[in-house]
Amino acid sequence: MSVTAVRPADLPEKPPETVNYLNVDHTIKSWLLTGDHKRIAILYLISVSFFFFLGSIAAGLIRYELTAPAGWVLESDTYNKVFSAHGVIMVFLFLVVAIPAVFGNWLLPVMIGARDLAFPRLNLLSWYLYVIGGTLIMIGIINGGTDSGWTFYTPYSSMYSNNNTATVLLGIFIAGFSSITTGINFVVTTHKMRAPGMTWFRLPLFVWSMYATGVVILLGTPVVAITLFLVVLERTLQFPIFNPELGGDPVLFQHLFWFYSHPAVYIMILPAFAVQSELIANFARKRIFGYHFVAFSTLAIAGLGFLVWGHHMFISSQSMYQGVVFSLITFLVAVPSAVKIFNWTATLYKGNISLHSPMYYALGFMGLFTVGGLTGLFLGSMGTDVHLTGTYFIVAHFHYVMVGGTLTAFLGALHYWWPKMTGRLYNDTLAKATAILVFLGFNLTFFPQFIIGFMGMPRRYHYYYFAPEYQAYHIMSTLGATVLGLSLILPAFYLTKSLINGPRASANPWGAHGLEWNTTSPPPPHNFEETPIVTDEVYDFDPVLEYEQDQEKKRREPRHYDDFDPQALAENEPKLPDKEKN
Amino acid sequence: MLSNFPLAPPSASNFAFEYDVLFYGLLALTILFTAIVCIGLIYFTIKYRKGSDADRYRPVYEDGRLEAVWSVGPLILAIVFFFLGAKQFIHMRTPPQDAQEIYVIGKQWMWHIQHSNGVRENNTLHVPLGKPVKLTMISQDVIHAFYIPAFRVQMHVVPGRYTSLWFTPTKKGEYHLFCTMYCGTQHSEMGGKVIVMEPKEWAEWIDNGGETRPSMTMAQAGMKLFNRVGCNNCHGPESNIRAPSLVNLFGSTRAMANGPSVVADEAYIRESILRPHTRISQGYGESMPAYDGQLSEREIIELLAYIKTMGSGIPVAPPGSPAGPGALPAQAQGTSQTPMAAGAIQYQTERPDITPTTRQGRPAVGAVAAQQEAVGN
Repeated sequence: MSVTAVRPADLPEKPPETVNYLNVDHTIKSWLLTGDHKRIAILYLISVSFFFFLGSIAAGLIRYELTAPAGWVLESDTYNKVFSAHGVIMVFLFLVVAIPAVFGNWLLPVMIGARDLAFPRLNLLSWYLYVIGGTLIMIGIINGGTDSGWTFYTPYSSMYSNNNTATVLLGIFIAGFSSITTGINFVVTTHKMRAPGMTWFRLPLFVWSMYATGVVILLGTPVVAITLFLVVLERTLQFPIFNPELGGDPVLFQHLFWFYSHPAVYIMILPAFAVQSELIANFARKRIFGYHFVAFSTLAIAGLGFLVWGHHMFISSQSMYQGVVFSLITFLVAVPSAVKIFNWTATLYKGNISLHSPMYYALGFMGLFTVGGLTGLFLGSMGTDVHLTGTYFIVAHFHYVMVGGTLTAFLGALHYWWPKMTGRLYNDTLAKATAILVFLGFNLTFFPQFIIGFMGMPRRYHYYYFAPEYQAYHIMSTLGATVLGLSLILPAFYLTKSLINGPRASANPWGAHGLEWNTTSPPPPHNFEETPIVTDEVYDFDPVLEYEQDQEKKRREPRHYDDFDPQALAENEPKLPDKEKN
Repeated sequence: MLSNFPLAPPSASNFAFEYDVLFYGLLALTILFTAIVCIGLIYFTIKYRKGSDADRYRPVYEDGRLEAVWSVGPLILAIVFFFLGAKQFIHMRTPPQDAQEIYVIGKQWMWHIQHSNGVRENNTLHVPLGKPVKLTMISQDVIHAFYIPAFRVQMHVVPGRYTSLWFTPTKKGEYHLFCTMYCGTQHSEMGGKVIVMEPKEWAEWIDNGGETRPSMTMAQAGMKLFNRVGCNNCHGPESNIRAPSLVNLFGSTRAMANGPSVVADEAYIRESILRPHTRISQGYGESMPAYDGQLSEREIIELLAYIKTMGSGIPVAPPGSPAGPGALPAQAQGTSQTPMAAGAIQYQTERPDITPTTRQGRPAVGAVAAQQEAVGN
């Protein structure tokens, strides 16, 4: 029996890393066959970022082409395929998926104190369906492409579009099932797997929104899946559904399509609301104002969202009286959205607001979503819709909601939970600069589009040489898109850098409230060492107490007091081993 | 410099003013609410930033009265704007009785327009100032949308069913005409212009056959077709034996053998020509052959124009006689030599260097189609 003497110099400088979900296993197989919701979320994060990158390239091409009234490089047919690819990729492979599948997947079980989602293997299947769907869509786009726009209106898409539309539609059909499985998982997990003491009204608003999203996905997605499948049948087998030459009804397609695709807008924006509630509460360090009203407004939006699809069809030859009803319900949906915005604003009142980069995104979201939502009224009001529908006004409106809302929230969520997901801190100053650039670039891109839309520039136009008065605005828009595009590259650098040599994050670098911050960063494979028991209310901050502590600290050590630096926060956190005993 | 940044489209129809009032009302609402939210955000963020000395005692977490204010306030505003918008929409969808009817056929990628006296034009629509005009539209292939921004009117043009829109031009000039429903490769070039002329000039223009001299009015062409395809064998003016007479058919309520009675509008007449057995007039059997696939949209529209005149008191001269002034609306008479106002496109006079009707040495497809159509006629 030999004894090895250990000299002090041989001791490692740092204590060995605790086992967490990232370092528990390093093989590729352990990633591809994982049942861990956190690993699946990371797989999703990588794949949605990839598709977002592809969609952005298409967007850049569109913007570049439109700076000249008669185009620069693309033929009309290519241009049409490019904008269709942009729409299909961004809607079906980024917006619908991004926040639920990445952050919902990662956070929902942690926030309610569960070890995993209810059906881990179904969750893995959903990622594979997404990848298969995405691959089919890309095969379709590369191998002939589709030029019918992401809306696939019949009979153009079913009979006239002369290219590879069927493959793309099949890809969307399969990706739809990926959404459905995620939705089932969220609904069941929220109902069945909450930790002891986690009552419905102690749920973070993030969970409420994800739950509502799950319900909308379950009710809506099957409809669009089968509708798009019918288009494939009509295209390939002349199955008479939508084409009037075969005895079908082209407007029926629009009803079926928007029955999903309007709720799909809520599938894209409710998760953004989810993120928004967390960011506002945790950076204002105050319980969300009117928690119950925000929670129920989420459900109201999810419910009413199913009854407004006809507002996409005021001039489509649907009956005038039908339009009146849809318009009225559309105006009613505006109310719960307004309630949310007002409650978030009121949360800041008497808060103790620290301005880190995620909060920059949260504040930007509020401004952009307000504009996006209010310009929706122009389109929900039947009279004003007649002139604006089908123009760039609508393009600007839904980009304010989808990019200004969902993308901004996605970036906010990425910055907020990055230390938790990876255990690393990034450069917050660079991140703040990025947030400001994204905000400015976004507004410069899309605000001019409201004006040309009101002036009558139709959407999906390749040429406008017959209407050169639109050109100045198109150039502004392209400049903005350049700023936006370049500023979106920055996070790729500083986030990657943080993975390589960023400072380690403590369990709770933001001083936030919520179960996800009670476990280590990154968490162990099963989230918690032992099942947490919830005894305190949600967002249980005390801004008054915190303020007094701040004042005390400031008085005692004025030189070292720096309240805007999460790295300082990390250093202030005790690094003692006894932390692990908790 | 500023002329490069126009902020609003020209206003040239009876709808433009009421439209703009509603639009700017909503714009004011948008600015007001955005300002409230942004000022609130900025003010609170600065006042309650971490470390500031603001008073944080007795924070509020829930307040039913406040929630009521910001739920009911927006609700009332929402209902008011819903009502105004719906009212205007209903106005836009209710054409006056005396509106002059013009037929529009959309096809990839051009607009084919036919006036009642048979004058045809492609991608251009001439209309008289101050007279209500109703467009009856149908598509020959995919869904298109007929859009005149200066008039604030837009409507989908759908295959297999008629849609319509109406307006009264209120300002002379040339305005954009766009297709706003994506319809394929040359979608962006499926457009042209609307030319609003003084009634006198317009009368002269249409008297002289516009750009192409018509051989027949639409009703005459329809009458000829009515006889050629054999409608007159059974639907002759006096006969009621094998099939109902079509005199005074349009707009009347007809009893059906296999269903509730219907008002004989464009959609019903179209259906009865193409698929006559779907709904059969009371007292008659399934004896009529279906014309589905045998008539072009233009022929159907011509038949429709003729059937509308049956019993209306407007005599249709037998085909072959030139289209006389009698075929025109009474108000459109008169002569005037004033040339059409040039350069009336609102923002810029035409600049040949930025208006390529050819691209890479080839004429744009829309232009080719228009030429072929003109030659074909």
